[in-house]
Amino acid sequence: MSAVAEERDARAPWALAAPALMLFVGVLLIPLAMTVMLSFHDWGQYKGIEPVFILKNWHEIATDPYYAEMFWRTFRIAILTTLLTALLGAPEAYILNRMDGRWKSFFLLVILGPLLISVVARTLGWALLFGGNNGLVNKLLMSAGVIRSPIPFMFTETGMVIALAHVMMPFMVLSVWAALQRLDPQIENAAMSLGAGPITTIRRIIMPQIMPGVLSGAIIVFSLSASAFATPAIIGGRRLKVAATLAYDEFLNTLNWPLGAAVATLLLVALVLIVVGSNALIERRYAEVFR
Amino acid sequence: MAYLELDRVAKQFGAQTVVDDFSLAVGKGEFISFLGPSGCGKTTTLQMIAGFLDPTRGAIRLEDKDLTAVHPAKRGLGIVFQSYALFPHMTAAENVAFGLEMRNVPRAERAERVRAALAMVGLAGFEDRHPRRMSGGQQQRVALARALVIKPSVLLLDEPLSNLDAKLREEMQIELRQIQRTIGTTTILVTHDQNEAMSLSDRIVVMSQGKIEQIGTPQETYEKPASAFVSQFLGKTNDFAAAVDRTATPAQVAAGSWSAPAPAGLSGPVTVSVRPERIGFGDTGLSAKIITRIFQGNHWLFQCDSECGTAIVIRQNDGQAQPVEGDAVRLTWRTEDMSVRARAGA
Ligand SMILES: Nc1ncnc2c1ncn2[C@@H]1O[C@H](COP(=O)(O)OP(=O)(O)O)[C@@H](O)[C@H]1O
Ligand SMILES: [Mg+2]
Repeated sequence: MSAVAEERDARAPWALAAPALMLFVGVLLIPLAMTVMLSFHDWGQYKGIEPVFILKNWHEIATDPYYAEMFWRTFRIAILTTLLTALLGAPEAYILNRMDGRWKSFFLLVILGPLLISVVARTLGWALLFGGNNGLVNKLLMSAGVIRSPIPFMFTETGMVIALAHVMMPFMVLSVWAALQRLDPQIENAAMSLGAGPITTIRRIIMPQIMPGVLSGAIIVFSLSASAFATPAIIGGRRLKVAATLAYDEFLNTLNWPLGAAVATLLLVALVLIVVGSNALIERRYAEVFR
Repeated sequence: MAYLELDRVAKQFGAQTVVDDFSLAVGKGEFISFLGPSGCGKTTTLQMIAGFLDPTRGAIRLEDKDLTAVHPAKRGLGIVFQSYALFPHMTAAENVAFGLEMRNVPRAERAERVRAALAMVGLAGFEDRHPRRMSGGQQQRVALARALVIKPSVLLLDEPLSNLDAKLREEMQIELRQIQRTIGTTTILVTHDQNEAMSLSDRIVVMSQGKIEQIGTPQETYEKPASAFVSQFLGKTNDFAAAVDRTATPAQVAAGSWSAPAPAGLSGPVTVSVRPERIGFGDTGLSAKIITRIFQGNHWLFQCDSECGTAIVIRQNDGQAQPVEGDAVRLTWRTEDMSVRARAGA
């Protein structure tokens, strides 16, 4: 009798998880597997996609320096965006956390508010402010005589990093915020009572404890920035392509689906490796703080 | 001469007065407890001494120097927080060493003092443990070592034992007292546990709603409570409504059929307060009936219905026959075992 019950018990979790599992397999794993397969197919201007197994696309990506440069640019932008959000977001979260109750909830709303606005609208906002001769800020500065020619923003990596950092900031702030919540409320007083000044307290006591929060925020921001599409598409356009915009163009403009699939697959694999690798490193390094 | 002195200290948060008119002189090497119910302002007072809060009024002096003018990081006080507030990313030794590092103590001396401090609290061999991998009692000891290693002028403890279970708490009380005796650091302990305050302190400051009710030795506060609050808060007590008759000679204080010579200076309605273990059964005295009788091993606990309300009596289990439930008894006590206070509002 107990054997039957045990058997039923063993099957129950699978049965209960089945609907979600099927959805997961159906909308994620199968299309993903098809994309990977697609990257090994052939394509020609006139013949279209041929379901054969060749390494042409992968060979092209590996040998043509255009792709190396494009991937390098993608990750450079993602790294710089991550650094910028960490540098601004961590102090922002710390200051926010020290505010009085009423101001705290107000500014939390201000920081999270942008999440409610479409990324496209926010990025177009940057374009309106800095886009060429007609950008509002450029116009103002030029008419005031501060600058001669408009500040280059559109179609530059700097512009892309700034716009992306703006979009990604809430993720970093929230992640650091969560780490700050776990701090003992008396920890700064404890450091102070032992003779530590404010700078020392932040450097030796606060920073090491919120570092896991900064790093997990960094992983989120990095992976979202490296695979971001809307912001690079608007700021970079056709001139400054990153992996996501390139894959999009291959799919929808050139119609070279297999090459687009290869680019997308490579981006995915690289991201998974980086994220899983750094996550393991962080967990090992901060085992004591995470526990 | 007072070592640490609080002079009419008050603290307000907005319109709410949390501590008021708090004056206390602490002698060097003394062990003082702030005792009172939760929310009576103990932590607030301690934090003003520590410097985390500024007093709204009044002065705090250490060796006759104004302490409020000194930045908290420069006060050189040792503080043990209720949550311990250990640095979770540092080992026990690193936690203890932090205060010495801030004082630029040379590395070799630092290592020696850290080792000695951890050994003193019974944590030799735990140097490389992280706080999260230690039990509550061990974390408490690290916090104590971290506060003591800097040789603080005053040690401030905010309910340091309240997170420990009863047995461990008792052990730590004994240990804390021994350590304090050995090194002689002036200590202020905040607690809401009257047993803790009585077993540890030289003097107790009983607080209620931000005000000092009484300052005295544990015996004084227990046996001669200055107010109804103190007598209620420090263990069980019986308060009987009584009256002083000055027309009789000598003047008499009487509660029901019990009476005794009245102490000087009081007249009219008073409260006679007697501890349960000081009441005996006799031939004369307050008439009462035993309602319940509870055996508690080394003593008996009686609940009686007396002329002046409910009374609790504790008798030592000395092998003598004790009255049983339903018996009519007379309650009596020695005049030196009672405290008589004027009764307010009567
Ligand atoms: N920062 C603060 N702002 C407003 N009220 C406070 C603050 N800190 C404490 N209080 C109030 O002061 C009173 C005393 O608090 P506290 O000193 O912590 O009491 P205790 O330590 O005796 O339990 C409480 O009523 C509490 O609500
Ligand atoms: Mg408290």
